Amino acid sequence: MGDEKAVGKPCGAGNETVVICRCEDVTLDEIRDLIAKGYATMDEIKRITRCGMGPCQGRTCRQLVLAEIARATGKSMASVAPPRFRPPTKPIRLRGAIKGDSCDYDG
Amino acid sequence: MTTTADAVVIGGGVVGASIAYHLAKRGFGRVVLVERSYLASGSTGRCGAGVRQQWGTKLNCLLSRESVRMFERMDDELGHDHSIEFKQGGYLLLAYTDREMNQFIKNVELERSLGVPVDLLTPAEAKAIVPMLNASDVLCATYCPTDGHANPFHVTYAYAGAARRLGAEILTFTEVRGIAVEGGKVTKVICDKGTLDTRVVVNAAGPYSGGVASMAGLDIPFWAERHQILVTEPVEPVLRPMVMSFSRRVYCQQTPHGSFVMGMGDPSEPRGFSLESSWKFLVEMAREITRILPPVGELSVVRQWAGLYDMTPDAHPILGATPVEGFYLACGFSGHGFMLAPVTGQLLSEIICGEEPSIDITGLDLGRFERRELVVEPSVV
Repeated sequence: MGDEKAVGKPCGAGNETVVICRCEDVTLDEIRDLIAKGYATMDEIKRITRCGMGPCQGRTCRQLVLAEIARATGKSMASVAPPRFRPPTKPIRLRGAIKGDSCDYDG
Repeated sequence: MTTTADAVVIGGGVVGASIAYHLAKRGFGRVVLVERSYLASGSTGRCGAGVRQQWGTKLNCLLSRESVRMFERMDDELGHDHSIEFKQGGYLLLAYTDREMNQFIKNVELERSLGVPVDLLTPAEAKAIVPMLNASDVLCATYCPTDGHANPFHVTYAYAGAARRLGAEILTFTEVRGIAVEGGKVTKVICDKGTLDTRVVVNAAGPYSGGVASMAGLDIPFWAERHQILVTEPVEPVLRPMVMSFSRRVYCQQTPHGSFVMGMGDPSEPRGFSLESSWKFLVEMAREITRILPPVGELSVVRQWAGLYDMTPDAHPILGATPVEGFYLACGFSGHGFMLAPVTGQLLSEIICGEEPSIDITGLDLGRFERRELVVEPSVV
């Protein structure tokens, strides 16, 4: 628990330049602003800012946003729900998906 | 939690948020919206985000034409801190069969008679609008330049925020467990966090509206159906309109953000509430879209998901009063709830306030199914 709090420690002034989501250029200030407005779930923050919707699908920002929510709401990180993991695991070219369709699938 | 309300709207999707806003704007006393998760967590947040006015029925044309006018002024009207990202890049509808072509000719005549600016195009004219289009097997196309796209999350949050500023209460993470009806009238909405005494309840629960209606003792002809969708990485703007085919059941649009959003219907999809994504969809979608828009095949898919259509037998929504006094329906949008949400809020608020609705929607009542007066929409994906 102590470590989780350390993860979410505020990093001081100038957070408008601290980029949380590198795919969609979302800053720490934007995240904190939304949490202050009452958006206390990763699902909402993701949908408002696109944080975690880019090519890396939240691999970098997910933990950072969850830590911010935990810090602001006084919850443990484990109790803040992460967004759903959606396919594909890694970006795949549409043409590649057709070529790779040689194995069986049942829908 | 408030214990009395003048109106309770069930469902925090875009339809419910629009209804709550329009009721609050009319000063309909204490308006409470109840949503079991967060706003736009259901079908709204999963939708293709398209807004079109090209239809095969007069009612859908009139409803969507009014909605587009409302989308056009929404940023100014609602005063939300984020744009709704309304982009009018048009819709290009493609015909591949004679039957479809004949339908398009009829649709264009109807649409134009109602003031919707639509043109019937040759394949070459269609290709001039979308240079990447494979027009080789296209028979004809229709194009409406004022159709487009808006951001479903921001539209919902904009309506909810404006409703709240007008005094409405938005209760998220609150689930409806029951509806009390006494002497044929609605009296209470029972939620997990308390009970609301009310004489007006609006069922805007999207695909879950059947369950909500049954709480009030109503059986509505209605089912949920999964539709899948995917999004690519963002790229420079290269595709202005939404490109759509009814016979191939696909649609594809580049959003203002740069990503391509595309979806595809599956005629073998069973009724139900599944929200799983499938590999089959990814492959079939990829195959179809690379036939229609070949360069799109080079884009990478970053995410796929699924949402539920709230289907009715005639692909038109069920709007208005019911045999249970005070219980109103705004459901059954059959995949078009997002684009019809603005006008739906306006019309429902007029009906609930006892005014003459600004568009005659008596044909969209629940009673049409018993009367066997269906208004079948031929132009759906």
